[in-house]
Parts: sequence; structure tokens; C-alpha cells
Amino acid sequence: MSAVEVRDLTKEYGKGASAQTALRGVSFEVAEGELLSVVGPSGCGKTTLLKCVAGLMPATSGTARVLGQVADGVPDGLAVVFQDYSRSLFPWMRVGRNVDFPLRSLGLRTAERRERVARALESVGLADKADRYPWQLSGGMQQRVAIARALAYRPRVLLMDEPFASVDAQTRAGLEDLTRRVHQESGMTILFVTHDIDESVYLADRVLVLRRSPGGVLTEMDVELPVVRDQITTRSLPEFVRQRSLVAQHIRAASGEADGVGGAAGPDANTPADARPGPSDSDAPSPQPATANG
Amino acid sequence: MAVLSSAAAAARLPEHVVRRVMGIVGGVLIRVVPALVAVLLWQWAAAAEQSPYFPTPFDIAVRVRELWFSAPLGDGVLTDRFLRDAGPSLLRALGGWALGGAAGVLLGLVAGQWKRAAGYIDPPVDFLRSLPKPAIVPVFLLVFGAGDLMRVGLIAFGCTWPVLLNTLQGVRTVEPVQRETARAFHIPVRVQLVRIIIPATLPKIAAGLRITLSLSLILMVLSEWLLADSGLGNFLITAQRTFDILDMWAAIVLLGLVGYLLNLLFVAAEKRLLRWHRHLSARG
Repeated sequence: MSAVEVRDLTKEYGKGASAQTALRGVSFEVAEGELLSVVGPSGCGKTTLLKCVAGLMPATSGTARVLGQVADGVPDGLAVVFQDYSRSLFPWMRVGRNVDFPLRSLGLRTAERRERVARALESVGLADKADRYPWQLSGGMQQRVAIARALAYRPRVLLMDEPFASVDAQTRAGLEDLTRRVHQESGMTILFVTHDIDESVYLADRVLVLRRSPGGVLTEMDVELPVVRDQITTRSLPEFVRQRSLVAQHIRAASGEADGVGGAAGPDANTPADARPGPSDSDAPSPQPATANG
Repeated sequence: MAVLSSAAAAARLPEHVVRRVMGIVGGVLIRVVPALVAVLLWQWAAAAEQSPYFPTPFDIAVRVRELWFSAPLGDGVLTDRFLRDAGPSLLRALGGWALGGAAGVLLGLVAGQWKRAAGYIDPPVDFLRSLPKPAIVPVFLLVFGAGDLMRVGLIAFGCTWPVLLNTLQGVRTVEPVQRETARAFHIPVRVQLVRIIIPATLPKIAAGLRITLSLSLILMVLSEWLLADSGLGNFLITAQRTFDILDMWAAIVLLGLVGYLLNLLFVAAEKRLLRWHRHLSARG
């Protein structure tokens, strides 16, 4: 059984003549234990796709199954890491409490919860920060808290929505390696959404490339890189360079096509840059300070 | 300043300590000096004019002390008079404030969280909050009589709306990502309300409560002008009617002091309880 199975998923915003099609006929699967990255240009419906899979948003037609359950409402055994870490963490709770909070609704014993929180913070390197408040930490650390919160929940499927889009390059590299390590250690299935082509190839076992206007699957490809990866050596491997160019070519070819169809009105005339309200899919710089950290 | 720095030099204090002390002294001076100058000008003008309606601040201060703060230190300074005059007033104001605040928070939470409820709550709220509060007094007099029920009811009525509107706005502006996070982790609605919605709304609730704290004093004074036999409002209006001008001014000053002190206490409590919010807004 696939961990995630999306069949002919279509999502429209609005009704009738003014409806905007964000996704049309998207189908793909994620195998149990796989790390799949979804990459595409801004406005291709990546975040919409993730929210449909997470059951945070109903699809117009088609189905998204997670661990065999049709996602209407959030499926069990799933956790999400959002891009906007500073808004997704609760500023009135200390770091440890933030991580512990979702566990309280799982009906776990106190000792078990305490153990999970400690191990999750440990694995993101924040064991000594449990008593801090999120706003006392740098941006990268805050996103690690959000990851720790998801880890402590021990989901079988983890969805990550452009989680590193608003941290600086060095922090980002560290967080990418953390994600790979966590994936290896836990054996979770991870669906990782990004607009960064390099990141999509570097992280994943398989890359799903989306097009826009309307959003759909352009192509998918297996990433043939060693299991253990390194920011410097992996990124200079010929195979890495070849695959990232391939993804880039696909995206460029597709947007060229879309430009042609758009005609005089321009490429974005029939699909707004972002059909969905909310900031999480935009490339606008986030207001959070993105401080480097070790 | 020159005196300070030479004194510091003589005592060989580290420079940063001197700077810190001078900063604090400067801050206090900026706050105190203009007010002091204003009072002195008033003192001078009132003494020169000798008007029966405008006693000097010094005379007023002496009267305030005599009336309400002249008990021996061991008995807590406050006189029995203070408890008789200010006690009922404070009970009415704070009681009405608490009741109105609670009603406002409750209604605001319901209207903010459930869109359908907002449909019922919004129009009457817009009407009632626009109503000048004294206009409702005759109704309260008829329904509750001329007792404390009427007074507390009036204050509670006035305090409900600003708190309600602030709470409503707070609930509606809770970060969507925080709500989605809660849903994604299957947090039960009851827990979401208590642990996420209410804490996220607290800064706005506090702002509403701060506004209505002074409103409660206004309404308290107003309600004590009507058929009351106790309270500072009653003391004030009686003094005015009997041409006891000094007592009238003393009551005004005491009311000002009470309002100032209550606000100070509230802001201090708010600072402590909403530390996280202060830090977030400081970061922009």
C-alpha cells in the first residue's frame, strides 16, 4: 500500500465562470518510507496540493488517500510543518510546551510525553532550549522547533510546506541535512514541497515536477544519488548537476508553453500568481529575521 | 548634571553606572518637571486671584489628606471616611467592570468563533455600543430601582461593548496558520479554544479591559449622582450643591488619583501576563 495516493485530484477556487482552477487531474503516489519532493514555480498549486493531502482543504474532485484513509478532515498519523514557523508555533508557550502540546491530545502518559519531547528536541539539537520561548530563538531554530514538534508526534506521514523558504542559505543547508537524517532514522514517509530546484533534488528519493496554469504533474523522476548526502560533494556530482538541469528544463519548457497559451493577456492572466489567500506560497521575503545558527 | 558627574568622579563609580543613574534621573525629571511647573503656576494664579471657586492646589492637597489619608501610619493611613466614600465607589466600578468585561469576552468569543452567531450578535451590538450610555439610565432606574443594582448594571452595560468588540476582533485575527496547525494535530475544539484562541486573543481582550477601566469610573461617578447616599460621586455632587468648593475639588483630585492608580496596576499586570506579546510586537 502507498503511504499517499492521489487520484485525479482537481481543485477549483470559486464557482461558475469566475472559478480558478488551481490543480487539474493530479495523480501520484508516495511509497511507504519514501521522501518525495514536489517542485514547481510559484503559483503552481504546490501548497494547495499539500493542503488537500493534509485534509485541511477539500478537493473539488478526485481523492487523496493517506495510509488508505480518504482525506476528508485530517487523516490520522500525519503531521505538517508549515513554512511560516513563527506563526505556526505558539508564542505564549515555551519551546518544550509547544512540542508537547499536540501530544496531550493523543492520550499519552506523562512520562511517555516527556520522553518524546526530550528526544525530539535532542534530535534537532535544541535539548537545552526547552525552557525558552520561540521568539527568543533565531528563525532557523524556530523552524527546528516546528520540526521537533512534528517528530514528537511520531507521524507515519510528514508533510512539509516550503519549510525552509524563509531562512538564510546556511541555516537552510543545515535544516536540509536534518530532514534527511530524520527521514533515515525514523523511516517516515515525507512529502516535501519546495520551489527550489536544487533543494528538491538534493533532498528527495524522487521528484515530482508541477506545471502551472492550471497546476498539474509535468513529470516525475527518480533521484539517483547516494543515500548519504553531503552539501558540498553531493551537489558537485555529475548526476546531481544533470538531474537539477533536467528539472529546470522541464519547468522552463512548461512555462514557455503557458506563455504561448496566455497570448496577449500575458502568462498570468488566467491564473493569478497565487489563487489562494494567505502568504505561504509567495516568494515575498518573510518578516522574520533569518539569523544564522550553528 | 555637572554636580552628579563630579560626585560620581569623587566616589569613583564606573562610568556605565553613572550613565544609567543619570538616565533614570533624566527620565523622572522629564515626567515630573512639566507637571510640577503646571501645578506651581496654578498655585500662583489661584493665590493671586483669591477666587472662591478655585482654591489653591496646596489647600486642596491638604483637604484631600485631611479627609481620606490622615489616619495614623499604623492604621494604614486611610481614614474611615476613605472606606466610606471610596469603598462603595470602587466596589461598584470594579464589580460592574468585571461583570461587563466577562460578558464582553464571552459574547466576543462566541461571535468571533462561530460565524452564524455573529449574524445575530453583530447588529444589536453595533446599535447598543453607539447608544450614549447615560441615555439608558432611565430604563435601568425603572427596572432596577435606585439601588446599587442599577449602578453596577449601568457600569457593566457600558463596559460590555468595547470588550466585546475587541475580543471579537481578536478572535477573527488569530493566525490562520495557528488554527491549521491545531487542526492538523487533531487538537479537540475545546482545547483549541482554551489553549490557542483565548491566549491569542488575550492582548486584544486586555486592550478592551484597559479602555473600559476608565469608562467604569466615568459611569460610576455618573451613577452616584443619581439618588445615591454613598460613594465619591455622591460626595462630589453633594459638595457642589452645598457650595463646599474645597471638598468638591478634593473629590475630583481623589477620583483622578484612583483612576491613575487603577490604570497603573492594570498596565503592570498586563505587562507581566502578556510578556510574549510585548516581545513579539517589539520585534515588529
